[in-house]
Amino acid sequence: MKQLTLEQKLFLNGFRPDKDSHLVIKNPEKCKSCKLKQCTYVCPVNTYRWENDQVTVFFEGCLECGACRVACKSCGNLEWRYPRGGFGVNYRTG
Amino acid sequence: MSQTQSSEKFDVIVVGAGPAGLSAAYLLGKAGLNVAVVERGDFPGSKNVMGGVLYRQPTAEVFPEFWKQAPLERVLVEQRAWVLTEKAVFKVGHRHQAFTEEPYNAFTVLRARFDKWVAQQVRNVGVLIIPETVVEEPIMEGEKVVGVRTGRPDGDLYANVVIAADGVNSLLAQKVGLRAEIDPDQVAIAVKEVIALPREVIQDRFNVSGDEGVAIEMYADASWGMVGTGFIYTNKESLSVGCGALLSQLIARGKTPNDLLEHMKAHPAVAQLLEGGETREYLAHLIPEGGLTGMPKLFTHGMLVVGDAAMLVNSMHREGSNLAITSGRFAAQAVLRAKEWGDYSADSLAYYGQLIRDSWIYRDLYKYRNMSRYFEHHPEFFGLYPDLLNEAAREMLTVDGVPKRNKQRAIFWGALRKRSLLRMARDMYGAWRSIA
Repeated sequence: MKQLTLEQKLFLNGFRPDKDSHLVIKNPEKCKSCKLKQCTYVCPVNTYRWENDQVTVFFEGCLECGACRVACKSCGNLEWRYPRGGFGVNYRTG
Repeated sequence: MSQTQSSEKFDVIVVGAGPAGLSAAYLLGKAGLNVAVVERGDFPGSKNVMGGVLYRQPTAEVFPEFWKQAPLERVLVEQRAWVLTEKAVFKVGHRHQAFTEEPYNAFTVLRARFDKWVAQQVRNVGVLIIPETVVEEPIMEGEKVVGVRTGRPDGDLYANVVIAADGVNSLLAQKVGLRAEIDPDQVAIAVKEVIALPREVIQDRFNVSGDEGVAIEMYADASWGMVGTGFIYTNKESLSVGCGALLSQLIARGKTPNDLLEHMKAHPAVAQLLEGGETREYLAHLIPEGGLTGMPKLFTHGMLVVGDAAMLVNSMHREGSNLAITSGRFAAQAVLRAKEWGDYSADSLAYYGQLIRDSWIYRDLYKYRNMSRYFEHHPEFFGLYPDLLNEAAREMLTVDGVPKRNKQRAIFWGALRKRSLLRMARDMYGAWRSIA
């Protein structure tokens, strides 16, 4: 079957993104000394990207799984919560 | 919404409309209690993810004969296990005529559709389901949980008991202090695609007729050699195709979940089954893998923890929803007894912990308590041994003028060059011990 890019896959999902991110890096400076920067690859939808020496959070495609929250446990530099009621991903199949 | 105003007090507030929460709510509503379910999605099911296998017996304990009405995909009649290496696959399987007959053993489902139906049954017994509402934190009176604060204005809700059914990330159980932060070796990150294929194609390709279905569990190269598994489940007109690995292993190996899934989908044996399919949705879920060691405290004054929130997953047998449903049923039993006694203290609700402890849930989790840790420290079960197995099979099946006895010897000595007999014996014994 035809291989889709991650961006193409996310177009298939239903989302209602909020204005503000529900995922917040507590102290962006701290990420500079993070060796693995595991949030930039363990996320199923590539929410966290290392750009211009800092982490940018593309929260709109978040699937609310919590992998980043657990992966960042050692640093504890992520304020993780669910999107507000009615916002975020809306699965049709599940 | 007047129902969410702070003035109203419920007997029970259930946080989260998944299999555990809805099961508890249904039984409590049926018994005449005043129950509210708070769900953050647009509708129950819209945020819920699992692989896709639902077992009949534990579900029917709560919803008798549900299969006659519920939106199910296929009846599971055959289970296959595949051990993948880069270019090969070793297959075993089991099909039994009994699985094709009522009352059936298991079904494939799509959660968004199935949970929506379950929620309707829950409403029918008088339970109030409050969607699009996030629970922010517990409301405490001393050590006692007396309600929840929601994200709505004036959104405080009070109850005698709060049931935390808010999933693997259970912020609620954590804020009450029943659960510590999860470690990366206690969860697997799994991703799944629902891939559309015509009904006839699925029937031909998977060798089933009508609404019969197949589950394929895949190992080794399915999770790129990491501790994990992959799966293909047949739905009516789609396949649920997914895989996952321990988060700690993904972190160490620097892989992304999406690459992991694409790697599995590209395997020749898998690609063949997916040919011509069209992806309809892409989903992700964190799966509790800590087993017994990851289980939090299950109750406190005015609160119970059920399902994924209580980390109740049997990863060996990829069972989760059945543990969730059963824990929801036990929670309902404990709450009914607490109401009868007029006592919602931890001592009274300890009955829930006792029910779990005396059940197959605890027995099964106890049986596999060391499994996840064992395999995390023995990567050869996801690389070397699958390789040896497939190469041995290939050698014995290749006809090339070499006598079979010579082939056997070559396989044996070839294996010994890679790992000593003693190490292999110890590996096998250790693996057996961890699952026996």
